[in-house]
Amino acid sequence: MLKVDNLRVNYGAIQAVKGISFEVQERELVALIGSNGAGKSTTLKTVSGIVRPSGGTITYQGRDLARMPTHQIVSGGIVQAPEGRQIFGTLTVRENLMLGASGRTDRDAFDADLQRVFSLFPILGERIGQRAGTLSGGEQQMLAIGRALMGKPKLLLLDEPSLGLAPLIVNRIFDVIRQLKETGVTILLVEQNARKALAVADRAYVLETGLISLSGPAAELARNPAVEQAYLGSGARA
Amino acid sequence: MSGTEFGQQFINALSLGSIYALVAIGLAMVFSILRLINFAHGEVLMLGAFFTYYAERAGFPFLPAAVIGVGGTIIAGLLMERVAYRPLRGAPEISLLLTSLGVSIAVRNSASMIFGVQPKKFPTPGSFEERVAIGGGVRISVTNIITIVVAFILLALLTYFVTRTRLGIQMRATAENPIAARLMGINTNTVIVTAFIIGSALAGVAGVLWGARVGRIEPLMGFVPVLKAFVATVIGGFGSIPGAVVGAFILGFGEIFLVALLPDHLTGYRDAFIFAALIVILLVRPQGILGSTEPEKI
Repeated sequence: MLKVDNLRVNYGAIQAVKGISFEVQERELVALIGSNGAGKSTTLKTVSGIVRPSGGTITYQGRDLARMPTHQIVSGGIVQAPEGRQIFGTLTVRENLMLGASGRTDRDAFDADLQRVFSLFPILGERIGQRAGTLSGGEQQMLAIGRALMGKPKLLLLDEPSLGLAPLIVNRIFDVIRQLKETGVTILLVEQNARKALAVADRAYVLETGLISLSGPAAELARNPAVEQAYLGSGARA
Repeated sequence: MSGTEFGQQFINALSLGSIYALVAIGLAMVFSILRLINFAHGEVLMLGAFFTYYAERAGFPFLPAAVIGVGGTIIAGLLMERVAYRPLRGAPEISLLLTSLGVSIAVRNSASMIFGVQPKKFPTPGSFEERVAIGGGVRISVTNIITIVVAFILLALLTYFVTRTRLGIQMRATAENPIAARLMGINTNTVIVTAFIIGSALAGVAGVLWGARVGRIEPLMGFVPVLKAFVATVIGGFGSIPGAVVGAFILGFGEIFLVALLPDHLTGYRDAFIFAALIVILLVRPQGILGSTEPEKI
């Protein structure tokens, strides 16, 4: 479905991504794990067209994304819930969810989709008229995911959905990710929380300073001593 | 000040504030999305007045001529965006600011060459000069009535657009967080072009109303209104559309009542008082009246 080949991304003189290749098959949940600054978020931003690659190709359903404007990538079905939530704090929950459907041409199903988001996140239904900036961090993350779902993603990109959230909320978010996977959404998940990510993913890639150091089935990686020591060990955050 | 005089000045201030508001909205809207202080906005206003003037000279009655004038300003605004500002997308704010000053000077000087620098009598229908009694001895000019009514209708339409329509909500989202807006699938170019269309149209209307108010038009006429509109947006909180409107009316009322209340020998210093007040506001409340200081949540 998505195939990234030898992708390189520079910020000025700094090479953030130094030639990585990975792919995501239909209905798969693939995780990119690694520490801060490894290039995970940059990779997602490049797939969404927010950052432009300096080399390599990104192919989605046979089309090259490297020069496509972001709004076309989104209407093509690649929707991202970005790092740090990035919800529109001055707008209401309803308006945020409505904006999530901006890239779609079929707007009839809006109410049905809204109900689907509320069944995943009932709290959003209760807060529908509230300004999104007044929500708690966990609620904002739910809104960010709900907003992305309103775009009817074929490929959902989740950037650090657990960042800065209390453990209980993190569990709730990962439950929803698992539910989404079961309903057939293809997901590319970027996470620092490697334990959680590997528990939910089919396959994973480990990024280290802009390069992929390891890859394989998530369950295998979770048992790999190198991964364990670097990302899952007692010193690492769970 | 007698009640009658107060009523008179109140209407006058409302009318002046209305024009400032129409100009300020375009400034605030474009700034909120592009971080561009569009000084050429005053030239859009000027072009609206001149296009109307020439359309009427070509034989159109006043109202159709004004519609043509406003249509012309929309095209002018779109051209500015396409030719001058779009190539600078993502450039530092200072480059945008300098470019808008450059566009302003280029358009103003071209207008001086093409239209001539001599002021022209703005051809409003004679009925605009008439004064209507509205009770209490207050008599207001038709020009003021039209200005206020037109401005309030446009403000109502704008409010509906910004709060109720899909494109309006997309515009607010783009202003708040352009990258997140793109990730939602919003075509931010459409949003930017829409902001220029709306801002230019309102400036065009303001140009016609300003021409009717002052009675004559000239290529440099855009400078004062855009400067005042800029002050209004600063007072209200730069980039906030409701703030720009509130600031515009505060400014309109401040100017009119300063002149009414000041002793005669000081009225010439009206603008000095206005800008002194601006400095005080900036010192006390730099974010403006409706400006936000909310820290971003991480």
